[in-house]
Amino acid sequence: MSDAIPPKPRPEPSDDTRPYWEGVAAHRLLLQRCADCGRVRHYPRPLCDACHSFAVEWIEASGRASVHSWTVAHHPFHPAFKAELPYTLVTADLPEGVRMLARLRGMGPEALRVGLPLRIGFEDNGEGLTLPVFRPAD
Amino acid sequence: MARRSIGAVTGIGETDYTRPHPGRSALSLQLEASLKAIADAGLAPREIDGIVIPGGTGPVVAEDIATNLGLPDLRFSVVTPLGGAAAVAGLQCAAAAVAMGVCNHVLMPLGRTGRSGARIGARLAQMPQFRLVGEFEAPHGANAPAQYYAPMARRHMELYGTTSRQLAEIAVTTRRHAILNGNASMTKPITIEDHQASRMIADPLRLLDCSLESDGGAAVVISAAERARDLRAPPVVILGVAEGHPDSPSTITQRPDMTRLGVAKAAPRAFAMAGVTPADIQVAEIYDCFTYIVLCQLEDLGFCAKGEGGAFVEGGALGLGGRLPVNTHGGLLSQAHMAGMNHIVELVRQLRGAAGAAQVPGAELGLVTGYGDLGDGTVAIMAKG
Repeated sequence: MSDAIPPKPRPEPSDDTRPYWEGVAAHRLLLQRCADCGRVRHYPRPLCDACHSFAVEWIEASGRASVHSWTVAHHPFHPAFKAELPYTLVTADLPEGVRMLARLRGMGPEALRVGLPLRIGFEDNGEGLTLPVFRPAD
Repeated sequence: MARRSIGAVTGIGETDYTRPHPGRSALSLQLEASLKAIADAGLAPREIDGIVIPGGTGPVVAEDIATNLGLPDLRFSVVTPLGGAAAVAGLQCAAAAVAMGVCNHVLMPLGRTGRSGARIGARLAQMPQFRLVGEFEAPHGANAPAQYYAPMARRHMELYGTTSRQLAEIAVTTRRHAILNGNASMTKPITIEDHQASRMIADPLRLLDCSLESDGGAAVVISAAERARDLRAPPVVILGVAEGHPDSPSTITQRPDMTRLGVAKAAPRAFAMAGVTPADIQVAEIYDCFTYIVLCQLEDLGFCAKGEGGAFVEGGALGLGGRLPVNTHGGLLSQAHMAGMNHIVELVRQLRGAAGAAQVPGAELGLVTGYGDLGDGTVAIMAKG
């Protein structure tokens, strides 16, 4: 059928990123920390941009976050997400020193402001992929 | 004032942008623009000995151009990356090549079938520069430039009080310029209220904040400064050119300051190379994939301070007769999305005094920018030769 809806984009984990996705599947948000200088980095990649060490350890994030910015998607750029419009994508600061982008759940975009505290949760995307989400802080 | 030029734009060419071109390939469209640019320079195709392909803007490679034009002595070919910043990056590359004597006349063609061919959401996922956002952001439903750039605009609004009506000023002025052009896709006047009533795409970006998807081709010829004087068209010389990449170039999400673009790093170098300041610029063709990207670049180029872009664009300041005429051809917002090649073409027209109804009187010094992918920036400062 020519108008069949394609699947949602799925990550294709590499050796550099696989621990992150395995963590998310287990409802744990794992971040890379340089095993030499201690700098936390995200998104996962091979090299520490501060000290150029390849040595890495994975730490579990606290689950806390605060709003850095956001957008509310109204136009269906990808047909797989059309049925979910409008939805809110939040960019949030994590206290570990990195940022993350995820859907906002459990509240509307009207109350968003820079610095608003959120907490990280997890949910299935409807196609068997677990993704992190942001929920209102308790 | 004696100014040192590092090369000249000697030929410009464009296809018809007023209608779609179903059944014509991107290659066919850019070959048409190429022949026009070569003829405009007063050259024969066989004299082209360099090709720059702006990368990330189409499927064509230099070999396609050389084969079709029958070039007997192609000595230099490159692909510049950077998407919408690639055309001005190509000016830098071509100017360096002709200044070194590697070749004499560089053709830089661009062609797109954005209207009749694959739409942006489908193209993006194939590009390697979007690998990180493809893995970590696209699964959440962030799939197109509007969705990646909207958080930059929202943050600017939250920090500096920038408003959607200020973004509308840019859309309205750009449309007014397109109507003067005669070769623009969009020919109906719009008002700020029209902008405010246009449907939301990716909040805070509305439909009239977004550029077009277009069919067409545009091309320029870059020649060594000493050869330019012998050619047909009045030369327009490149005085300064630079490329800059934002911190965290692979993802806006992780950028230390997401209101600062790569052009903030490029601009001081380009102005220093040219020996001029922002106050000297008489006309500016600013890459306008979205209204907000124009506003942010005006700040990053030094036309106003960070956070003051909203006030800077108010009251028709970017219109003809305003404080800084911007996108006098109608830009990507209202003329056509030629990934900024049409911005270079328009600046050359302005500096030749050949911009018709949109001519900035007495324009002798102008600036053109590119913005691409996730914030890469390029800028060229050019002058009447």
